Amino acid sequence: MTREQTITVWQGKVRMRVLSEGAGPALVFFHGPWGLTWDPFLSELARAFTVYAPEHPGTTPGAPDDIYHLDGLWDLVLCYDELLTALKLDEAVLVGHSFGGMVACEVAAAAPRRARRLALIDPIGFWRDSERVVNWMALNPAELPAYIFRDPSGEAARHLFGPAEPPEAVAAARVRLMWAMGATGKFIWPIPDKGLKKRIHRVSAPTLLVWGKEDRLVPPVYADEFSRRIPSARVQTVDGAGHAPHLEQPERVARMIHEFAG
Amino acid sequence: MKISMFHLMPHRELPPDFEKRYDSVWVTPPWHELADAKRVGQYYNWTLDELLYAARAGFDGVCTNEHHQNAYGFMPSPNIMGAVMAKATNGSNVAIVQMGATLPTSNPPIRVAEEYAMLDCISGGRLVAGLPLGSPMDVNFAYGITPMEHRERYREAFALTLKAWQSRELFAWNGRYYQLANVNLWPRPIQQPHPPVWVPGSGSISTFDFAVDNEVCYCFLSYSGAKAAKSMMDGYWKVVADKGREPNPYRAGFLQLVAVAETDSQAEEKYARHVEYFYHKCLHWPIQLGSPPGNQDYRSMVATLSNPVRRAEDAKKLRYRDFVEKGYVIAGSPATVRDRLKEEVVKGLHVGNLMVLLQIGSMPHELTLENIDLFARKVLPELRGEWNDEGWVNHWWPEQLRGAVAKPATAGVGA
Repeated sequence: MTREQTITVWQGKVRMRVLSEGAGPALVFFHGPWGLTWDPFLSELARAFTVYAPEHPGTTPGAPDDIYHLDGLWDLVLCYDELLTALKLDEAVLVGHSFGGMVACEVAAAAPRRARRLALIDPIGFWRDSERVVNWMALNPAELPAYIFRDPSGEAARHLFGPAEPPEAVAAARVRLMWAMGATGKFIWPIPDKGLKKRIHRVSAPTLLVWGKEDRLVPPVYADEFSRRIPSARVQTVDGAGHAPHLEQPERVARMIHEFAG
Repeated sequence: MKISMFHLMPHRELPPDFEKRYDSVWVTPPWHELADAKRVGQYYNWTLDELLYAARAGFDGVCTNEHHQNAYGFMPSPNIMGAVMAKATNGSNVAIVQMGATLPTSNPPIRVAEEYAMLDCISGGRLVAGLPLGSPMDVNFAYGITPMEHRERYREAFALTLKAWQSRELFAWNGRYYQLANVNLWPRPIQQPHPPVWVPGSGSISTFDFAVDNEVCYCFLSYSGAKAAKSMMDGYWKVVADKGREPNPYRAGFLQLVAVAETDSQAEEKYARHVEYFYHKCLHWPIQLGSPPGNQDYRSMVATLSNPVRRAEDAKKLRYRDFVEKGYVIAGSPATVRDRLKEEVVKGLHVGNLMVLLQIGSMPHELTLENIDLFARKVLPELRGEWNDEGWVNHWWPEQLRGAVAKPATAGVGA
């Protein structure tokens, strides 16, 4: 049974809804650029952890304009610091996907004691001219599933992109998707290299990198950018998955994280 | 009313299969495959000559605008063009309408305030100061401004610009996006308290409020003609009324594509392929470049996405006769053009400041001059008197040029 609470941070200006489920050690999940939905991966994790899944500022229903109160990554990281304090989580397993992987890594660099373990799933945060990260905000939304998923017509894609009818539901899903990309894109436009390379050395938590073998947005070579800066980091690739292995292979990725942090 | 010639400065010789071979006319078209600097130098000179020709033929104003990284219209600095026009038209009654330099891509944005003040000084107070938001292709994709910050930056820069022109004292600007401890413009504009301000838009509802609240002329730069613009401009006039302002037609500007020939059928013969080139090639870009996530505020995005009826139709499927019939282009004999402009644009949209695009797509230099010449001789005189009987004052035109009598540019030099 998923619990829901909305926590207000940033001098009362930013409302963040947090979904949670399960019992056991605390685990915070930082969602990617397409917003948060409670998915089989989180349910799987909730069998071994108390999972807290906050919504990125601006993506909480009814609070789209809260995002305008944050000017940059420093503000965002401090928001999460306030959120963790409000949740009474001195330390937790931090798990992040894509954009959320970068944010989790930034939080672990800014406040190393907050992170008991750090697990990053196809994270962004670095840039190579020779293997450019695809700017998903420049793609036609109709093309997105084929970029994110190995199987764009599978259940995982349907779960992320919402129903194909009726028209009102389609429009609502599109609004949600576009605004989530805008509110997260605010911190990474136009190139998602915002100084993590200067700060990542501060990460002290044991780190796991999980990468979908067929990631078309952030090629798996980017794992090297992380692992050479966190020498103890373990890298695991996932067959049969693109940029969202936790959605295409939820049980396998949840098991990896459980074995790493359980 | 006031009638100005607008120019985009497009690439006039794209390959016939351009839209099949390339993804986009904007942001990514490869220069070295598609253009040649010497030839492009010729385009710029033709553009200046065409605008100057219009200034001499009796137009009230000449308009240039700013775009980046494209073959559709590439004047990255409209003020370079405006400077040439200001100097060459001195002594005339022609306004220099900059439509204009884009605030969010100018850093710091007082650069625009400075350059506009220069143009106002050089032209003897004939500047119309267009202050556009800029397109997402230019501002977000070419110039790297975060989509979600685009409008906020614009609004801050707009306020800074107006204050920089008017403040008697040096001031500090401690803004969210811009911090300047010593704002003290040199030069200041001749026109007081500041040059008339036009804000171009493309139908976003939040811009209506902004335009009325700031007492500027709202200009709809449309490529879909007056018929398609009707409900949108009605929306603008409703905001004007709701906010208690008079329905002064000079609060509105409109851009219309126009092609004039001796007869309707001659117009088709002469202009059809250039019109099709414009819509099929110059407007060839993927739809998502026009609206990256976060560029529209939440309210506007919800309005757009829940109302798919407003989606523009696919212009690539249309041909010359469709464009003319739908009013995207008003083309034909002088009488046809005059009547349609009067009925659909001037009266239909309640517009006092008309801009006409007379160089369209691949239209060559000589034909452009012919179009300008016919319009100036046979259409413009028939439209100029519109609105005179209602006695409105065009507060959005340089004060010294508001009188109805045209005094065209002559030799092109001297002050």
